[in-house]
Amino acid sequence: MTEPIYRADVLVCGGTGCVSSGSLKVMEALRAELERVGLSQEVRVVETGCRGFCAQGPIMVIYPDGIFYCQVKPEDVPIIVEETLLKGRVVERLVYTEPENHASVPLYENIPFYEKQQRVVLRNCGIIDPERIEEYIARGGYEALAKALTTMTPEQVIEEVKASGLRGRGGAGFLTGLKWEFTAKAPGEVKYVVCNADEGDPGAFMDRSILEGDPHSVIEGMIICGYAIGAHEGYIYCRAEYPLAIKRLKLAIQQAEEYGLLGENILGTGFSFHLKIKEGAGAFVCGEETALIASIEGRRGEPRPRPPFPAVQGLWGKPTNNNNVKSYANIPQIILRGAEWFAKIGVPRSPGTAIFALTGKVRHTGLIEVPMGITLREIIFDVGGGILNNKRFKAVQTGGPLGGCLPESGLDLKVDFDSLRQAGAVMGSGGMIVVDEDTCMVEFSKYFLTFATAESCGKCVPCRVGGRRMLELLTKITNGEGTLEDIDKIEAIATGMENGSLCALGQLTPGPLRSALRYFREEFEAHVKEHRCPAKQCTALIQYMIDPNKCTGCGRCRRACPVQVIAGDRRMIHVINQAGCIKCGTCYEVCPFDAVVKVSGETIPVPETPIPVGTFKPVEAQA
Amino acid sequence: MPKITSIEELRKLREKVQEEMTTRTETGTTIIVGMGTCGIAAGARETMRAILEELKARNIEAHVTTVGCIGMCAREPLVDIEQAGKPRITYGNITAAMVPRLIEEHLIKGNIVTEWVVGRLPTDQEAR
Repeated sequence: MTEPIYRADVLVCGGTGCVSSGSLKVMEALRAELERVGLSQEVRVVETGCRGFCAQGPIMVIYPDGIFYCQVKPEDVPIIVEETLLKGRVVERLVYTEPENHASVPLYENIPFYEKQQRVVLRNCGIIDPERIEEYIARGGYEALAKALTTMTPEQVIEEVKASGLRGRGGAGFLTGLKWEFTAKAPGEVKYVVCNADEGDPGAFMDRSILEGDPHSVIEGMIICGYAIGAHEGYIYCRAEYPLAIKRLKLAIQQAEEYGLLGENILGTGFSFHLKIKEGAGAFVCGEETALIASIEGRRGEPRPRPPFPAVQGLWGKPTNNNNVKSYANIPQIILRGAEWFAKIGVPRSPGTAIFALTGKVRHTGLIEVPMGITLREIIFDVGGGILNNKRFKAVQTGGPLGGCLPESGLDLKVDFDSLRQAGAVMGSGGMIVVDEDTCMVEFSKYFLTFATAESCGKCVPCRVGGRRMLELLTKITNGEGTLEDIDKIEAIATGMENGSLCALGQLTPGPLRSALRYFREEFEAHVKEHRCPAKQCTALIQYMIDPNKCTGCGRCRRACPVQVIAGDRRMIHVINQAGCIKCGTCYEVCPFDAVVKVSGETIPVPETPIPVGTFKPVEAQA
Repeated sequence: MPKITSIEELRKLREKVQEEMTTRTETGTTIIVGMGTCGIAAGARETMRAILEELKARNIEAHVTTVGCIGMCAREPLVDIEQAGKPRITYGNITAAMVPRLIEEHLIKGNIVTEWVVGRLPTDQEAR
C-alpha cells in the first residue's frame, strides 16, 4: 500500500506535562476533526515527546510552516483546522508570545478611555505613591518651586500665571493670574493663601482624587502663590468627609517640612511659608469663598456681600487669595513648562485641560482629564464608551446641583467656560452626570433642588424661602397634583432667587430646574396635564399591572409582594390591588414571564378578580 | 532627613531617587495596587491583603506599593505588575479571589492574563 503523501504534519506533544494539561484530548479532537472535513489523508498527526515547554502546554507545532501554538484546548481544534490547515492563516491568540514582548497589550494612550485624554494635572495620580514625597520629587516635583524662588521675582511669577490664561477651576472661571495680582497689590503686610477643598457637589470627586493621589502638586502650587503675593501662611479647607485626603495631606505637609520644602527658610532662600489644614463640617455652603473664610475664622459658615472681595479683605480682614484645588495643581506645570506651553492646550479663551468626574449611565465611569474645547459627545461616547446597556442618551448634567442639564441637541457643544454658559449650562467644578431614557427629568431636577434647599444657610430671604417654595411646587408636580400655574410660579420664584440671593448658592439653585424646563418642558406638562410620567419613575404617577395575556399563574409575584396585595392562585390570572400597592416594583423584577407591566397615564384591561388563565376577554369583546 | 537648601541639592535628590526606583524595577518585581477611595470602596484592601498572603505562601520577593486614583474608577481594584525591565501591566477588577491565579500566571509562568488586562504604561523610551 502506498504511503499517503501528507502536505502537513501536526506535532502534538505527548510528554507527561502536556498530557496532564490535556494534550491527548487535543489529539483525539484533532483526528476526529480532520476525519470530519476529509483531511485525514493530507494531514498527519504526530505525537511527540516533551519539548520542555511544559508550562505552555499542550504544545502543537505545524509543519512545514513551523507555526507554534501553545496552551491548545480541544475546543480550539476546529478553528485550527479551518484557519491554519485549510486556509493557511495563523490563529493569533494561540501563537506563543514572548513574555518580554508585551507589545500585544495595548498602551494606556491607545485604550479608548485614555485616547482623548491629556493628563497634565493628573500626571502623577495612579503612578506614584502619594505617601512618599521622594516619588513626587523623582517625577520633577518641587522643581517649579525652586525655579520660582531662585530665578523669578514675585511679579514675574504673577506675569507667567496671567500669560498662561489659566481660569479658576472652581467653576467661576475668573483669571487666576489677575486674582493673584489683586491680592499682591492690596495694601498690607499680612496676607493669606487659601485652598478651597470643600468639593460639596454630589458626584464630584476630582479634588478628592488629586488630594489623595498627588497632594504635593497642590502644596507646591500654594507655596508658589504665597511667594507671588507675599503671603507666609496658607490654609487648606478640606471637607471632613474626605478622611483619606486629609490623612495624605497631613503626611505630605510633614514630609515637605522635613525636607525644608515647606516651613521656615524654604530651600535656603529665606522665604517662609506655613500650611495648616482646616476641616469642614458638612456644610455645602462653605464651598462659597466668603462662607469658607467665615468658617476658618470659627464663625458660622454664611456668605457676605462682595465687594469687598477676599483679595482685598478676606481671612481676618486681610488680603486673601482663594483658589480651587485644581487651580493650584496646575501652577507647578505652568511655571516649569511656561505660559506659552499651557496656552497652546485647549482653546484660546479657555486654555488648559478640564478634569471631570464622569458618572451616571456611561460604560466607563471615572476621572478624566481632557483638553478644553472637546465636545460633550466625545466625552460621553468616546471616552465614556457610550450609554450603558445600549439605552438612549437623554441628558447630561454639568456643574453639579448648581449647574444645568443639556439634551441630545447639546452634545456637539464644546466644553469650555464660555460655550457652556451661553447654552445655559455651567462648567462648575467638573461633575458630569449622564442620564438615559429611564430617567425622569422632573424627578432628576427635584433631587438637585432638594439638596440645594437643604444646604441653604438661611441668611437671605430669596434663597431660604424661595428654595423651599419651589421645592413644594415641584413635589406637587411629581405627586400628580401640579397645575400649569405652578410651573409659571416656579419660573417667577427662580427669577427672584437669581436676582436677589446673596451668594451663588441661592443664585444658581434654580439652575437645574430652569434648564430641565427649557429642554424637557413636555415632560413637566405631561406630569401636570396627563398625570403621566413619560419615564415611568414618579411613584405617584405609575401603576404596576399584570398583563392577563401573559400571566401563567405561577404565583411568584404573589409570594414576593411585601404587602400581600396580589390576589391569585395556581393557574389563575393574578391581579394587583392598586389601593394597597406601594409601588416597590418587586413583582416587576421577579416575574419570569415579563407579565408585570409599568404604566403611567394609562391602564391596560385586567380582570377585577383572579380568573383561570386563558379565560380573560377584554370588556369590548365580551359585549 | 537633611533639609534641601538649594536647587542643585533638589536635583541630586531627584536623580538619586530615580536611580533607586530604576534599580528596583530592573532587578525585582513591583506590584502596585490602586488605593484611592474608589479602589478602597471596590475592595482594594482585601485584594492587597490577598497579594501579600500569596507572595508569602509562595515565598516570592516583591515590592508591594500603593498609588492614588488613575481615573478608571469603574475598573478598580486595579493591580499593576512591573517585572525586571518589562513594562508595567495593569489588570482591572481584581478581587481577592483572582489573586492566586494572577500571581501564578504572570509572576511564575510569565503569561499575561489577557482577559483581565486593561493596558500597559509606556516605558521611558515610549513616553512622549
